[in-house]
Amino acid sequence: MSEARPARPGLYYPKLPATWWLRRPGYVRFMLREVTSVFVAIFVVELLVIVHKIGQGPQAYADMVAKLQSPGCIVFHVIALAFVLYHTITWFQATGVVQVVRVGDRQVPPALVVAGNYVAWVVASLFILYWLLVRS
Amino acid sequence: MSPGKTIEPLWWSLFSAGGVVAAFLVPVHLFLFGLAIPLGWVSVSHARLLALVGHPVVKLYLFVLIALPLYHWAHRFRFILEDLGLHGLRMPLAVLCYGSAIVGTVATVWVLIRI
Amino acid sequence: MTEETITLEVTRYRPGHDREPRTESFSVPYRKDWVVLDALNHIKDRVDGSLTYRWSCRMGVCGSCGMMVNGVPKLTCSAFLRDYHPGPIRVEPLANFPVIRDLVVALDDFLEKLRRVKPWLIRETEKPVAEGEYRQTPAQLDAYKQFSMCINCMLCYAACPVYGLAPAFVGPAAIALAYRYNLDSRDEGYRVREPILSDSVGVWECTFVGECSVVCPKGVDPAAAIQRSKVAGAKDWAMSVLMPWGGRK
Repeated sequence: MSEARPARPGLYYPKLPATWWLRRPGYVRFMLREVTSVFVAIFVVELLVIVHKIGQGPQAYADMVAKLQSPGCIVFHVIALAFVLYHTITWFQATGVVQVVRVGDRQVPPALVVAGNYVAWVVASLFILYWLLVRS
Repeated sequence: MSPGKTIEPLWWSLFSAGGVVAAFLVPVHLFLFGLAIPLGWVSVSHARLLALVGHPVVKLYLFVLIALPLYHWAHRFRFILEDLGLHGLRMPLAVLCYGSAIVGTVATVWVLIRI
Repeated sequence: MTEETITLEVTRYRPGHDREPRTESFSVPYRKDWVVLDALNHIKDRVDGSLTYRWSCRMGVCGSCGMMVNGVPKLTCSAFLRDYHPGPIRVEPLANFPVIRDLVVALDDFLEKLRRVKPWLIRETEKPVAEGEYRQTPAQLDAYKQFSMCINCMLCYAACPVYGLAPAFVGPAAIALAYRYNLDSRDEGYRVREPILSDSVGVWECTFVGECSVVCPKGVDPAAAIQRSKVAGAKDWAMSVLMPWGGRK
């Protein structure tokens, strides 16, 4: 994009340093929120590898699980889970802001929209656990 | 510029869809495959998993679960890099990020149809 | 009895003399009922008449006394010294804008963007005055009311890193105002404003940092306006791709 602002003589043009996001707590939270996407991406790629290994047979899958059992992997997944949960929290918060839900003439309070998201999330997660672990 | 001429709405829509998938579905899968199964809290047999991933509906589900969050990442990561001062490299960054997501999508399709 | 004082660290910049802004410290009386603007007025009246800044109404309506107070965009007429006690208090010109002198920033860019989004009622055909006003129900008013509270103080631009990094971005207040008119039941200008909002420097530039809404002194939520405009823009885009022969409102 072009810098649309032609510099006028005499004026001082401030420049944001690359560390701008350390200036305010809100900026830091923003950066953390954006960084959650890296953990999301790493995990879905991992998941693809796991699916691939499942397809290759019991031995390949067992080897994969053995790798996932290494302390490094476990620590990484604990951190990744924290980031992914932060994504979920911030995403639902954002949904409350972005989505205007109307019933008739009245707008549903954003807090109720957010709460609805949490309920749906818990139900979906429990359903997946049930499907995978119980319904065999 | 008319809305048809910028492709941003496409990337943003994919980002949003991926964000929804990541918010609702990624945590439970990460918990299962990253912690619960490796640590032996739960056990799922290979035969059960194979039967599952072989099912067309599950394949479709896995495609959505894996591919869409890649675009979510691509969009955010592109803007992280821009925000950290690489604004001059807009075009190459976009190609790199969305390109990676597209490569990931193709890989996902490839893995899923071979099972 | 000596009066308690508080220190203000004020940014000074003299065009033509200074290569970049510097900081000057002033000691001012600490009074519980004083705001930062009172302290600046004290400096200008009693200490250094050359201190330059904008202000007018002193009651949070005119939107001209916005500055950075301890790094946060604030209307200095509503930033009480007591909230920053014991100080020092850093007073800087609004971030992300070119500085003309001391605490005064250039408005041209913002005013151009404001004009660009056409923040007024657009009608396909104006009805004659004799036919009376355009009427609106309370619910129709509620739909856009909070977005109409903007006083153009530019605090949201000072809080927006996207604007700081890429000044071509149309920015929070202008988009919020465009959205306000788009929501207005009397307005028919959506199609006129759409190209401006969906431009490459429009809503898609926003990364939803959200600080614009946090710093707004009037409770406007520009971040919401921008994200909702993205949803609308994405729908428009999908329609134009799926039904290129028409189907547009």
